Amino acid sequence: MSNLDPIHQKVLGNERLSEHEALTLFRQGSLYDLGFLAAAIRRKMHPGPVVTYVIDRNINYTDICISACKFCAFYKGPEDAGGSVLSFEDLKKKIDETQQLGGTQILLQGGLHPDKQLEFYEDMLRFIKTTSIHIHGFSPPEICHFARISGLSAAGVIERLRKAGLDSIPGGGAEILADRVRQLAAPRKCSADEWIEVMRQAHLQGMKTTATMMFGHIETLEERLEHLLRIRDLQDETGGFTAFIPWPFQPDNTAYSHLPKATAHTYLKMLAWSRIVLDNVPNIQASWVTQGPKIAQVSLFFGANDFGSTMIEENVVAAAGVTFKLSEAEIRSLVEAAGFVPQQRTMDYSFVTVDEDHRGQKRCQ
Amino acid sequence: MDSLVKSVGLGDILEKVQDGERLSVADGIRLFQSPDLLAVGYLANIVREQKNGNNAYFIYNQHINYSNICTNLCKFCAFGKDKNSDLAYEMSVEDVRQKVRERISEPITEIHMVGGIHPDLPYSYYTDLLQVIKEERPDVHIQAFTCVEIAHLAEISGLGTAGVLEDLKRAGLGSIPGGGAEVFSPRIRELTCEKKLSGSGWLEVAKTAHKLDLHTNATMLYGHIESIEERMEHLDMLRRAQDETGGFLAFIPLSFHPKNTELSRLSRTSGVDDLKNIAVSRCFLDNFPHIKAYWVMIGQKLSQIALSFGADDVDGTVKEEIITHMAGAETEQAMSRDQLLRLIREAGRIPIERDTLYNVINSY
Repeated sequence: MSNLDPIHQKVLGNERLSEHEALTLFRQGSLYDLGFLAAAIRRKMHPGPVVTYVIDRNINYTDICISACKFCAFYKGPEDAGGSVLSFEDLKKKIDETQQLGGTQILLQGGLHPDKQLEFYEDMLRFIKTTSIHIHGFSPPEICHFARISGLSAAGVIERLRKAGLDSIPGGGAEILADRVRQLAAPRKCSADEWIEVMRQAHLQGMKTTATMMFGHIETLEERLEHLLRIRDLQDETGGFTAFIPWPFQPDNTAYSHLPKATAHTYLKMLAWSRIVLDNVPNIQASWVTQGPKIAQVSLFFGANDFGSTMIEENVVAAAGVTFKLSEAEIRSLVEAAGFVPQQRTMDYSFVTVDEDHRGQKRCQ
Repeated sequence: MDSLVKSVGLGDILEKVQDGERLSVADGIRLFQSPDLLAVGYLANIVREQKNGNNAYFIYNQHINYSNICTNLCKFCAFGKDKNSDLAYEMSVEDVRQKVRERISEPITEIHMVGGIHPDLPYSYYTDLLQVIKEERPDVHIQAFTCVEIAHLAEISGLGTAGVLEDLKRAGLGSIPGGGAEVFSPRIRELTCEKKLSGSGWLEVAKTAHKLDLHTNATMLYGHIESIEERMEHLDMLRRAQDETGGFLAFIPLSFHPKNTELSRLSRTSGVDDLKNIAVSRCFLDNFPHIKAYWVMIGQKLSQIALSFGADDVDGTVKEEIITHMAGAETEQAMSRDQLLRLIREAGRIPIERDTLYNVINSY
């Protein structure tokens, strides 16, 4: 404990830890060392008692993917039967349902489809934009894939998509931003440098994005830190990340199904560590989809200030055998039971004001 | 970290905990009301490490619920059924023998057996149950019949509490589980389980058992209609009883599961409340050696976190748990030894396989 005192002092004094200190804190720190520090930083960054959440739906426009990542249970190879592409009609239906439930955005992601051209995605965006919903879509591996297919640069693809209606970019496909891990687990996916470059270009064009990390498979603790530091460095440069969302790898039905699943203790430590290291990213999201409502609620004391999304629909984690479901009302009551004030937000963390009567009606529908 | 606990106004309780001084009921209420979950957990973790070091206990056990037929039909229970219900069941003595035989090759050290308050099974049925289990597994420890069932058996046998306990002990009973305590407050019992043995009746049975060298556990069913004051009253009554006899081994807070009960309009307990119940009971029950986070109730994930919030035991391998699952528990039915070991190790604790009486069987 005593050798962690200087680390405590540094963190509480708003000083950045060296890599060695950050690793020591994770390895030797108890749940309380990490939790207390993360809670202190969270309080500094968010002095009010508010915990935010967004009402949205994950729409996966296709499960056909040429990437074949070993940690994924969702994709179908182009030669597999059963893969499909969502029709625009179905897309519309899903968006209408989302808006009826008070949803403000969709998270639009899909596999790396071998044949669809950039124009297909532009048409999709223009079509969706007729509903005026916020489109949080196309993670960096998709953008890189579109660049390869179209021969454009990442910046060029982003510009085209932005003009067609893309509002912001989700932080998926980051997995672990260390090339050793990517070579082994997802060799056909974009490299760590490419992932960072997509985000840099998006930020330079004035778009906001999020960042994620999927930990607990074949990476080392040093590689997790490398990941956090790459996010922090880019954030120093651009300031374009709104939130960071770490979650543990869910092994069922993947090529890595023999690996044990990271436990809740490790999750809470990782969450807290992320809050401490990423001192320049404003929001940290709890992952109720992988952790369930109880741990997600407890994570509000380990650095998380956001409950993520209601996820009216979620397919990717569900394919790995994890099926937690939470309604907006349940999210609100979990937040309240933890002593915080629930607040609906948009992607850029502006508050959505809904009068309580209206919310009541939505719940009854 | 001590300064962080002081900064949220719990410095006096921190001092008491560090000096091994007993907390008052008012202290317990303050801990329940504190918005700072981490500070409350930190205090409980100090007590936990004073009492049990870095050990985290588990047991290789088998649960048998011999019948769900029950005359009490408590409002918080989804297990108990009227005799004429389509969902009612009752195992014969030979059925129970079969249950034991099915898993005879496994290294089970404890059989945990409870059931409803059955209107017509004769007293001999219960002693027969104990005897067939012992015939099949002579070395197994049988932890069976809550204080509520014991009071019922005392009545139908005509032997009285002490008499029936001695008789059951002769037939193979090793210890008594902690169920049926619910919340001792007469107000709560009247509203939720008016036909059940009273709180003072429950404590009398437990104390009588202790005097006959039968160890027992204690529970509290929280998260329904009880107040924080009623929780603390319950813990206080347990602490007083333990001062008298010293016979309680573990306290096990049980989270209310509303589904399929008459109180199904209530919501499930939250993770924060689950951890607070573990933590406050660890701080307050200074004379209880063990606090158990029963994973069947709160889930594997939260029971692991509870090992840092005061708990030193996660129960065991279980298998075929019925009572909580009938009330909508979404937890698994069983955990393997490997899963338990991993869960405990990742929490930074030392896994200790124990027997019912907390003798060490194996340290990993």
